[in-house]
Amino acid sequence: MSSFASEVRAIAARYPDSQSAVLPALHLAQEQYGWLPPEAFAEVADALELSPAYCRSVASFYDMYHLRPVGRHLVEVCTNICCGLVGAQGVLSAFESELGVRAGETTPDGEVTLRAAECLGGCGWPTIVAVDHRYRQSVRAEDVEAIVAELRGG
Amino acid sequence: MAELLQLVLAGADERDLTKLASYREVGGYVQLARARGLTAQAILDELNASNLRGRGGAFFATGRKAGFIPKDSPQPVYLAVNADESEPGTFKDREIMARVPHRLIEGCLILAHAISSKSVFIYIRGEYLVEFEILRAALDEAREADLLEGVTIVLHRGAGAYICGEETALLESLEGKRGMPRSKPPFPAISGLYAAPTLINNVETIATVPPILELGGAEFARIGTPDSTGTRVFCLSGNVVRGGNYELPMGITIRELIDLGGGVADGRELKAVIPGGSSFPILTADQIDTPLSHDALAEVGTFLGSGVVIAIDDRCCMVQLALRVAQFYMHESCGKCTPCREGTRWMVQILEAVEAGRASQGELDLLLSVCDRILGKCLCPLGDAAAMPVASYVDKFRDEFQAHVDQGGCPLAGESSLEDLFAPVDQHSHDPVARVPA
Repeated sequence: MSSFASEVRAIAARYPDSQSAVLPALHLAQEQYGWLPPEAFAEVADALELSPAYCRSVASFYDMYHLRPVGRHLVEVCTNICCGLVGAQGVLSAFESELGVRAGETTPDGEVTLRAAECLGGCGWPTIVAVDHRYRQSVRAEDVEAIVAELRGG
Repeated sequence: MAELLQLVLAGADERDLTKLASYREVGGYVQLARARGLTAQAILDELNASNLRGRGGAFFATGRKAGFIPKDSPQPVYLAVNADESEPGTFKDREIMARVPHRLIEGCLILAHAISSKSVFIYIRGEYLVEFEILRAALDEAREADLLEGVTIVLHRGAGAYICGEETALLESLEGKRGMPRSKPPFPAISGLYAAPTLINNVETIATVPPILELGGAEFARIGTPDSTGTRVFCLSGNVVRGGNYELPMGITIRELIDLGGGVADGRELKAVIPGGSSFPILTADQIDTPLSHDALAEVGTFLGSGVVIAIDDRCCMVQLALRVAQFYMHESCGKCTPCREGTRWMVQILEAVEAGRASQGELDLLLSVCDRILGKCLCPLGDAAAMPVASYVDKFRDEFQAHVDQGGCPLAGESSLEDLFAPVDQHSHDPVARVPA
């Protein structure tokens, strides 16, 4: 058994029904591949005795699973109302011009994917920017250059 | 000025309570030990005496809900913790998990004892990676200290879907499916996770249980107002000087909360306040002396929701606000019920036309009609959550909507704080089956 399959089965053992492990298994597969290519669905399906099509149908429901390749880094800017009221638009457009891509796109060198995100749950400290899933709070347009430099350097 | 009263976040300002040793220094897990010496009914009696109501938004009596779980069930009984906080304007559960993870775990173990459950699942929002890590470390410490006593607690990460905060969608997701709500009845207390009796409670609700046992239910019920007892971790955001979480007795007014946050920012005028979260009807600036309690907010036609106050200043265009709120619910509609799936798309199309000055008078009426055709006509409240606020914006700011139609565009002409706000576009952003008729 592959180490991926044994890890997935160990997760599945925590639940009364192994199908509950679909979400954790997809998270794990995405950590390995960076996104969810067809092979990832095949591996998850194998480990949990489900069909790849079923696993894909679950993945397509959730925003965090990437059905297409993404950059090495993921920058998500909250553009819901609380961040919007204090200038999330400016933060997002600063990222767009600093990275040279539009929201939803990846830089040509495959380094950074930029996305707008629905409310990230940090409304008291707008604008929230999630860099590789770790939140930066109270981000302003003028902070963007340094964040991008950090990503380019790291 | 109103003063903080911390029960859920007690001690967290003074020390790092994420570690078991420090949590024990402030009396942590003492109530668990006590609870385990009590009968299940005695704990439910304390919860009933406290009049604790759900902090996730539905405000259902916690003791009563726990009482619905069958005694002597032949099936296993589950406790599912709703940590899928995603309502725009809400960020309290994130802070609770990050700062007092052990209080949540203690509350879980007390509630598990009260419903004779050996199995707890904490469904945590996928985006909350840091909080997941903190909770996982706290859980490891609790397990090593033999505090679990045969109860298993599984941390389960979601993957980005607002709808999974709805309790039956959460159960579906936890079963490894698309997070689409179930038809009720049967209610989860009878047929929940894996069709077994399941109690589902919000993070803040559960973290309030240890302090209730410490104070005693009756004493807890003296805090706040008779209908809304205890404290709330209020989430203040929007155009204020210091947004953040403020734990206060329920019944303080919206004005007092905004004042605690330093007032309206940038010397602007307050225009409106969204209480409860983006799902709920808006209030105008002259209504901010309303107390933050269930009954007082019901009297002015809105809700306490997840304890939110979003302050909106005079730079905000209400049509743009309505559009962005509708875009959110369109994006998050699971698609199961037609009125919600198609209705939210129609709302977005009409509001885009109103904002662009392309809408006729008839379309304003159509917008309200669409809202009405969603309200109460879906399996879960997501459709209502789109229709209620938007209808309230039109109702309260009718002149502003009318001006867009009459002037053929936005009266704030590019000066609105929400100008050019960009909603995510992805696989959920398809067009409606039928477009709004021209």
